[in-house]
Amino acid sequence: MAQTPTSTMSPEGAQAKAEKRAEAAPGLPRTGPGRLQEALRDAVMTAALAGVLGFFFLALRTDIAPGGLAITTRWGLWFSAIAIVFAGRLALNLFWFDKRGGGRAAVKTTAKTTVVSEGLDFMTIAGWVMFAVAVVLPFLIMWLLPGQQRQLIDLSILILTYVMLGWGLNIVVGLAGLLDLGYVAFYAVGAYSFALLSTHFEFIGFWVALPLAGLLAAIWGVILGFPVLRLRGDYLAIVTLAFGEIIRVVLLNWYQFTGGPDGISRIPKPTLFGLEFARGDDGFAAFFGLEYSTIHRFIFIYYIIFVLAIVTHLVTVRLRRLPVGRAWEAMREDEIACRSLGINTTNTKLTAFAIGAMFGGFAGSFFATRQGFISPESFTFLESAIILAIVVLGGLGSQFGVVIASIVMIGGIELLRNLGFLQQIFGEGFDPVRFRMLFFGMAMVAIMVWKPRGLISTREPSVVLKHRKKIGADMVSQGEGH
Amino acid sequence: MDYFLQQLINGLTLGSIYGLIAIGYTMVYGIIGMINFAHGDIFMVGAFIALTTFLILTSVLGFAFLPVVLLIVLIIAMLFTAAWGWTVERVAYRPLRGSFRLAPLITAIGMSIVLQNFVQVTQGARVKPLPPQIRGGIQVIEGVQLSYMQIIIIVTTVVLMAAFTLLIARTSLGRAQRACEQDQKMAALLGVNVDRTISLTFVMGAALAAVAGIMFMLLYGVIDFYIGFLAGVKAFTAAVLGGIGSLPGAMLGGLLIGLIEVFWSGYFSVEYKDVAAFSILAIVLIFLPSGLLGKPEVEKV
Amino acid sequence: MAQTTSVESGAHRRWENDPVLSVERLTMRFGGLVAVNDLSFDVGRGDITALIGPNGAGKTTVFNCVTGFYKPTEGRIVMRHGAGRKNDLVEELTASSAQHKSDGDGAVFLLERMADFTISHRARVARTFQNIRLFSGMTVLENLLVAQHNKLMVASGYTIGGVLMLPGYRKARGEAVDRAVYWMERTGLIDRADDPAGDLPYGAQRRLEIARAMCTGPHLLCLDEPAAGLNPRESAELNELLQFIRNEHGTSILLIEHDMGVVMEISDHIIVLDYGEKIADGDADQVKTDPKVIAAYLGVEDEEVLEQAEVLEVVAEAVGSKEEVARKIQRGGGEGGKQ
Repeated sequence: MAQTPTSTMSPEGAQAKAEKRAEAAPGLPRTGPGRLQEALRDAVMTAALAGVLGFFFLALRTDIAPGGLAITTRWGLWFSAIAIVFAGRLALNLFWFDKRGGGRAAVKTTAKTTVVSEGLDFMTIAGWVMFAVAVVLPFLIMWLLPGQQRQLIDLSILILTYVMLGWGLNIVVGLAGLLDLGYVAFYAVGAYSFALLSTHFEFIGFWVALPLAGLLAAIWGVILGFPVLRLRGDYLAIVTLAFGEIIRVVLLNWYQFTGGPDGISRIPKPTLFGLEFARGDDGFAAFFGLEYSTIHRFIFIYYIIFVLAIVTHLVTVRLRRLPVGRAWEAMREDEIACRSLGINTTNTKLTAFAIGAMFGGFAGSFFATRQGFISPESFTFLESAIILAIVVLGGLGSQFGVVIASIVMIGGIELLRNLGFLQQIFGEGFDPVRFRMLFFGMAMVAIMVWKPRGLISTREPSVVLKHRKKIGADMVSQGEGH
Repeated sequence: MDYFLQQLINGLTLGSIYGLIAIGYTMVYGIIGMINFAHGDIFMVGAFIALTTFLILTSVLGFAFLPVVLLIVLIIAMLFTAAWGWTVERVAYRPLRGSFRLAPLITAIGMSIVLQNFVQVTQGARVKPLPPQIRGGIQVIEGVQLSYMQIIIIVTTVVLMAAFTLLIARTSLGRAQRACEQDQKMAALLGVNVDRTISLTFVMGAALAAVAGIMFMLLYGVIDFYIGFLAGVKAFTAAVLGGIGSLPGAMLGGLLIGLIEVFWSGYFSVEYKDVAAFSILAIVLIFLPSGLLGKPEVEKV
Repeated sequence: MAQTTSVESGAHRRWENDPVLSVERLTMRFGGLVAVNDLSFDVGRGDITALIGPNGAGKTTVFNCVTGFYKPTEGRIVMRHGAGRKNDLVEELTASSAQHKSDGDGAVFLLERMADFTISHRARVARTFQNIRLFSGMTVLENLLVAQHNKLMVASGYTIGGVLMLPGYRKARGEAVDRAVYWMERTGLIDRADDPAGDLPYGAQRRLEIARAMCTGPHLLCLDEPAAGLNPRESAELNELLQFIRNEHGTSILLIEHDMGVVMEISDHIIVLDYGEKIADGDADQVKTDPKVIAAYLGVEDEEVLEQAEVLEVVAEAVGSKEEVARKIQRGGGEGGKQ
């Protein structure tokens, strides 16, 4: 929680503080009895603040009752919250800030900007291991945890969907440095394209609709992108947010076309070369002489998203090594310099926007076919925020970072569903699922404050003359405008 | 004509609320150049604090004289919401000052999610209705009603605007604020306490958002944990429309957005009123990126 | 073309007969401030031309107009490929609404009509920046490849061929790397090819920016204070590099510079600006002895220098707007600091 502000502020102090800000709790002596006293004082202040903040939310609760709103009090909850904050803050003051202060500073001075990495490095190996695990994951799950196989494969599918969306958005935000807060719009365009095409035209199945959905999303990307791409950083962010909301409101209200809030249901399931994953003689199981099981379809869907994600990854990696990808990164670094070198930055931005949108569209049509039902509910701003959070938390431009962030954020949050034991601690009324987004938000803030550049912040050069060296985050600018 | 006038009055009322929230956006953007995404949710928190305080005063403590009740609600809501504003800055933005630009935006979105869900978890997801407290009004002309509620909202807004304009123009805090807007490093070298100034900016923005929250609660008579998002985006639109960084601009933008929204609902379609506001935002940013009263920006080569 | 100084020396004046660039009656206003006023000059093909003048004289504004970052308020900027003034072609182009026109052995471009990136791409004018603008998170080699973007885009089939790994791109990329290696060797950066540009020392960054500009294959290279912040040894190396570029590649160079050592040593032609107007134009010897130049650089106290009443007027006018200029500069600096 909050720290007490330091009051003295000489000019030099201001600068020193700006540099040290993230590292240590201010004003804590490192050793001696004074330190404990300071830590205590700080913890008391923080707890008092927590009491103030929590008073109207924890101690008091308004509920609809007969004859208007009624107030109930929960003093116990309030006092325990204050106590927890006090204890937590005290513990942090005593054991964490001190160590972190010293440790971090030491690391900072020794950190090198470039790291030479000949041959295989940790990240490459980790990437391959992860790839190998992903290839066999459904069977691994069926073998190790047969009891929860449906649930776990479903979760893997969900994580992979976010990985793909993250990789798609990474092109726009991570490489081209364009802050897009409305990415979910393209996800929606893809999903609705497939849903509408397949429900209106009998012959259009998933595999036909997939490229069409991607194409339509890309076209939308160009249409929306063209007027706004010359805006700088946060303005672009807010306009893309507006576009995302406009598309959602239109989907919600254009009843005849989109079904409004009811959405579109009975979206066909994907087939394997015409084989449906259904019970019956012409189904997948019968064709291969297997016993019918619903798990087959889960596994099939898993591999669809896996392949889609891998294609996204390979295309992105390839694009980075092409002139267009280098121009994206150059644009992120310095747009004016790009223009002085003859690069048409508008077109370059549009390609990034369109390609990012295309992958969003692919993911959207996958989402539609997996769910079998879509409605505007699924395409809120929160979804955009989650995807962006995955990209930024993973480390802008880092493909591997997106995977880690997806697993941590999506997987971690879903795990809360399984934490039944928390109910035993907090009582029957406690439903961990309700806290999912609260924890998600807290994790976003905490990870950002801990690692502002994301979990993986080094940049791999796109071309090498002699030695492959990783570039430290302090060199790489991240779409800060000019 | 009377329909038009009625809509005009409604639009100005709604616009005042947007304007008050917009000031928070514009001040923060002016001083640290970031979109304080959680500001809309601070407004929502303010509305909840006001609601609870109001209920305590009226139903628990049994105060009946409405003006006094409202004054106490105003003061308490401003104070407590200001504490929230200060904390958000301290926890989520200050550690990232001087970091790259996306980082505080992400923590801001994170904070917005935290606030929404915190309120949802602690106060429940259902809407909180409050019966209208201030009834009646005056008949301006045949068919045009100016309710006392609307008068209170507009007058309060005008008074607060005047007070804040004076605060920024005349006091040393305002001077420090403007100095930090120009150049934080230089301001620090000249002895301005930058951290404190920025904190106070958040505190002031949150206090104004609390006032907007009270008004929203009294005007619509219903609040829930999600009101902050839309109101926040619209208020930000207002700030941009007026020219971000400019206080009168924020107010003007707020009024315009309120009018656009009300007229759009009144004459075209209620369902697409948000589309109207967002389209205005896009159009303004594309054709008039510095807003109505903002300073034009010359690209530095 | 108003010539401020009389021609006496016998030096060849290439800029009169074969100018690669002509700035004609250029005026640039920012609100009330006139940064450049009715300025005309020629840049000779294959010359090293220096644009000098006190701070705030409008030199960088001229650069920004020439390279398309500012749209001039008034005036014409003509870029020529191929020998000669091509007056007929220029007039024909001016009458039309086109941006450029070519005849058998060259082409002319009206830069004030062109967007910044097409000026680099089509008219082949490259530039560097006063405050170095490198892609600091990209390696030296990457910086030099970005400069060859347009050629590589075509070779990669506008990305489509590149994604499909068609062979044409591989060859073009090889050539691009060769060209980058060539310029890295010329600028002494070859050992740092795989280091991020932001990691290089200051002088190396300046050289890399020049190398990057040269990788676009320019006919005219515009350098904004290339020697600023260099030590004497680096300064001398810079002179060599510029002369190498001019002699071996035939690239015309237009540079803004405060270091008079550099200017006087390598320039074929010097144009002096003060308060947005040209006060002298000629070779080094002519400019050095010009009374107006001395007045502009030394101030106006020395009345003996100011023999002509005309000059007095110019100076008085200049002093009148001096505070305004200073104010504008200060404000600009403040905004820059915030970014």
